[in-house]
Amino acid sequence: MSPIFTSVLVLGITGLVLGLVLFSVARKFHVEENPKVKQIEELLPGANCGGCGYPGCAGFAQACADSSSMEGLKCTACKDEVMRRIAEITGHEIAESASRVAVVRCSGSCANRPSVNRYDGPRSCAVAALQNGGETGCSYGCLGSGDCVKACSFNAIRMNPETGLPEVDQEKCGGCGACARECPKNIIEIRNRNKADRRIYVSCMNRDRGPVAKAACSVACIGCGKCVSACAFDAITLEDNLAYINPDKCRLCRKCESECPQHSIIAVNFPPRRDESSSPIEQNS
Amino acid sequence: MSLRTFSTGGIHPKSNKLTASGAIEPARLPSQAVFPLSQHIGAPAVPCVSKGDRVRVGTQIAKADGPMSASVHSSVSGTVSKIDSIVDASGLRRPAVFIDVEGDEWEPSIDRSDNLVINVTMSNEKIIERIRECGIVGMGGACFPTHVKLCPPQECRIDTLIVNAVECEPYLTADHRLILEYPDQIIVGVRILMKTLGVERAVIGIEENKPDAIELLRTKTQMVSGIEVMPLAMKYPQGGEKQLIEAVTGRRVPPPPALPAHVGCVVQNVGTVFAIYEAVVKNKPLIERVVTVTGEGVSRPCNLKVRMGTPVGQLIEQAGGMPENTAKIVSGGPMMGRPLLGTDVPVVKGTSGILLLSEKTAARKEERNCIRCAKCVSVCPMGLEPYKLATAAELGRWEVARESWVMSCIECGCCQSTCPSHRPLLDWIRLSKKKK
Repeated sequence: MSPIFTSVLVLGITGLVLGLVLFSVARKFHVEENPKVKQIEELLPGANCGGCGYPGCAGFAQACADSSSMEGLKCTACKDEVMRRIAEITGHEIAESASRVAVVRCSGSCANRPSVNRYDGPRSCAVAALQNGGETGCSYGCLGSGDCVKACSFNAIRMNPETGLPEVDQEKCGGCGACARECPKNIIEIRNRNKADRRIYVSCMNRDRGPVAKAACSVACIGCGKCVSACAFDAITLEDNLAYINPDKCRLCRKCESECPQHSIIAVNFPPRRDESSSPIEQNS
Repeated sequence: MSLRTFSTGGIHPKSNKLTASGAIEPARLPSQAVFPLSQHIGAPAVPCVSKGDRVRVGTQIAKADGPMSASVHSSVSGTVSKIDSIVDASGLRRPAVFIDVEGDEWEPSIDRSDNLVINVTMSNEKIIERIRECGIVGMGGACFPTHVKLCPPQECRIDTLIVNAVECEPYLTADHRLILEYPDQIIVGVRILMKTLGVERAVIGIEENKPDAIELLRTKTQMVSGIEVMPLAMKYPQGGEKQLIEAVTGRRVPPPPALPAHVGCVVQNVGTVFAIYEAVVKNKPLIERVVTVTGEGVSRPCNLKVRMGTPVGQLIEQAGGMPENTAKIVSGGPMMGRPLLGTDVPVVKGTSGILLLSEKTAARKEERNCIRCAKCVSVCPMGLEPYKLATAAELGRWEVARESWVMSCIECGCCQSTCPSHRPLLDWIRLSKKKK
């Protein structure tokens, strides 16, 4: 017999035997997988952002298929339409839940917040935060190295080169919270969107006393409390020289915005005011 | 005979000890002293004075908050003007007590005479209590509360006290001058510590570049049993606790959470030993320290005996003013020091030196790719793989860093200073230590 023929024969028989073994093992240990998992997974964005609280999209799909209701299950990055289709697959009712969005609470742009020193380390907010309070006099604000941009799987946040601050693309942002988890200064807040997607917030995290904050940044909250007394709905609290507007209580009346002497309260997606054609700060992101 | 040193890694930076020959000068009293409440590792102290209170030199102004903390005392006499915040040596704005200086009136309980007391009869408990009350912390830079270090875990039997007189950081000479000017006090301090720890043997580890200090200590300790002066070969970071233990005793401290006490050693900086002498014998809290003010362009580099809370700007003035090309003010030495954000930052318990660096020396060089030369591995005194730890941190793979013993890193900076690609290895490693 020629060596070629022998080797073909040996390999062929070995392959056949092993194939049979594999076939029988696969038969014997076959795991019945819920076909819904596959279908759900196809609908999900596949970014594995972790915003739902499950380890990746596959984990979320499995959880949806296993769960007896859709309660507490929400892909933060999906549109409502996608969630409805997932609910159709699982056959459960879906509660209308508000979609969310990331809000950057710092207006300390290069113009508003002058640099007082220079950071020359690696471009990472997390590393910069270990060194000191940042390049400006405000140690609470944005460090500007864009860790949030790197964290976003949806390309929904970018650094504005003019202001040096991150800007959220409201269309793309699903509020998964990856950026907020990455920000070492915790300036990004994940909020529920309301119907018209309007929101009013204090765009500052500075907890220093008024004069110190003001010296560091021209639009810092100085904790004067004017907004607190202007608010008729008890939605604003003042803690550690910093005002916070509770979105659940806020009725979007915009009184506080005009009261704020520092213009650190920002209103988004409102129609322009009739009486005041020029708002002090234009915010059309 | 070749001198002892630690076995793994280490580098030989240019020592630049510009101030080794000048005597310690007293620094001028500031017009306002600022005392950050967090000058040590552990919980910040809680202020126990309020605005308008009159204080004397040595008055306690903030109490230790819990066992892992240290109290803060006023180093000046005057009036508390406010309790506010200041950007301190950490670069963050943190609470501090501000005192307007009026005169120089000391607490009567402090013995200000120069009399040397050799025999200390105080009980061990009382000594530790006094050290705690006086707010003594490790003065090598880490600022670990000293009373905690003197109460090692029950299961550890301490047999050696090591006094750290290595001062391996380039430029700094504060400890060197302290030994030359207060040798007797330091030896009494060592004996107090030996008695408290119940050890028979104390070793003063000191690098060979300080022959005058070695000679002086040798003469002084001839008559004292149990204290040995051990010259060590020069190598950075020999002043690191674990490196010094290995150099002196040959024992290696296991990775954290093991302590030096687990190999039977307690290490105290020579500055701390002096502070302990003053606290125990003279009842003087930690209100002064020697600070080296130096740098290439500094016209009159010197060692100053500074009251805590003095703004560093004033020290720089006393050293001949800030050179024009200064780009960085560093608190501590060039290897482990931290850049300061301004000249208003007050001197605190851990300020061993003020180093002024020019743009040329201070600037980071452009970062390039890792060329896998493994220089960082060969110089790491802890036997780690800095390139791997840094890359893991850069990629956010914290578990990889943790498995590669990132928590053993002592942040000496050998890797970063030796990297031919100028990679910011230590910055990334520090980050992954924080993310544990």
